[in-house]
Amino acid sequence: MSGFDFDRRRFLSAATAAAGVVLAPGVTLYGIGAAARELDEPASADIRWGLLIDVNQCTEDCDACVTACNEENGVTGHGRPATDAQWIRKVRVRDPKTGAEKHLPVMCQHCAEPPCVDVCPTGASFKRADGIVLVDKHICIGCRYCMLACPYKARSFIHENLSDQKPYAPRGKGTVESCTMCVHRVDAGGTPACVEACGEDGNGAMLFGDLNDPGSEISRRIATYATHQIRGDLGVDPGVRYQNL
Amino acid sequence: MRALVLLLAVLAIPAAAAAQDGRGFGPVIPKGKGEQCVAETDYMRRFHMTELTHQRDETMQRGVRTKRFSLNECVTCHATTDSAGRPVSINAPGQFCASCHEYAAVTIDCFQCHAAKPGDGGRAGLPSPFPMTAAANPETVQ
Ligand code: HEC
Ligand code: HEC
Ligand code: HEC
Repeated sequence: MSGFDFDRRRFLSAATAAAGVVLAPGVTLYGIGAAARELDEPASADIRWGLLIDVNQCTEDCDACVTACNEENGVTGHGRPATDAQWIRKVRVRDPKTGAEKHLPVMCQHCAEPPCVDVCPTGASFKRADGIVLVDKHICIGCRYCMLACPYKARSFIHENLSDQKPYAPRGKGTVESCTMCVHRVDAGGTPACVEACGEDGNGAMLFGDLNDPGSEISRRIATYATHQIRGDLGVDPGVRYQNL
Repeated sequence: MRALVLLLAVLAIPAAAAAQDGRGFGPVIPKGKGEQCVAETDYMRRFHMTELTHQRDETMQRGVRTKRFSLNECVTCHATTDSAGRPVSINAPGQFCASCHEYAAVTIDCFQCHAAKPGDGGRAGLPSPFPMTAAANPETVQ
């Protein structure tokens, strides 16, 4: 296996130069706390990625996050709501006593103790070091136990052959999938597509950041304001939190 | 294992020769972009599957995003365009991945999920999450 004449140096220096140029505007543009990792550096267990959603900012008529998610990940439907893949859903909750209504996006809650991982017979459903819960579709056999175990109905099964997938979001028949927290963008130092769209076209209700870093904006807001984990009583410790719910 | 490697090498040599001068024996393999592959050509012929599966686990499970053996990069360099300039699926009959595999009776399922055509998948305008994509293509670097 030895004796490549491949010029590793040139390859690496090209990598760093390009990363410097292109990533810099990305980082300043979204102003998040995450410095881009080196390409060869694995996800770190020091980080726990999470979302904070301010429900008071989220309105009924807006679906910027859902649209952006579908566009980013190439999630298309067949006009069959019962089986079409859904990575984010807009949910309406109503207090029957007062009639007060709230609207909120619900996606994979990226639990610290994910039930979908516990039940997976192949190890395909897993939690990455930085807290992002994923399906390794290379190992997924499509049994759908994880879909049953998930308290949030966050996962979908692909029933049909697909074509023209996005290069950074491979998807295919016979496997289960869900929100990846746009892992391909996060790994490059970016924010999830839904958060970006909510800021640009929506109401700025979503915040992405490192829950383990006490200095991050998300941690500061969680420390200052009362926030809520949906079905926090289950003890799964979701990484997605809701404010004013 | 050694026997298999030898067999593959034997298979691959006439294959490459045929691809270069267009003679009819062995698979005709469309040529990749640039001067050389991400490793020695012989090595790629024999071990691309090992490198790809290794890379797959590194990226999927650990979040390592190196470009060298990334499947997306193979597509960037090895997919071709038709006479109208439209990209052709890298796994279509006669195209790069399929040419050899048809000859060697190998079936892969990778492109049921993975994009088989290069491109930004409609994300033009966004800052590229993979700034290396351009740099990995020697045509843009030089
Ligand atoms: C059922 C769908 C599916 C199939 C089939 C599949 N993959 Fe993947 N693959 C994925 C997903 C999802 C990712 C994660 C993408 C990401 O996070 O960027 C991935 C990532 C990868 C990566 C890392 C990203 C990259 O482009 O380098 C490699 C390498 C890879 N797969 C190789 C393969 C190979 C080789 C095959 C065929 C033997 C294959 N995959 C078949 C879904 C699939
Ligand atoms: C920088 C562009 C580039 C990238 C990226 C690239 N290749 Fe190549 N590849 C080439 C070129 C150019 C050749 C022809 C080299 C030669 O003629 O010696 C080649 C040759 C090959 C061959 C031998 C083909 C033959 O004619 O026998 C295989 C197999 C191969 N590549 C597989 C891959 C795989 C798998 C990947 C992804 C991990 C990949 N390549 C990524 C440019 C590239
Ligand atoms: C030079 C000819 C050649 C080219 C070009 C080629 N392959 Fe292969 N590939 C083979 C051969 C031969 C095998 C079978 C090796 C074996 O059985 O050990 C194989 C096996 C594989 C396997 C493992 C299949 C399995 O079931 O174990 C994968 C994955 C694979 N190739 C992916 C690719 C991809 C992706 C491309 C296009 C980017 C590609 N190959 C291009 C010759 C080639």
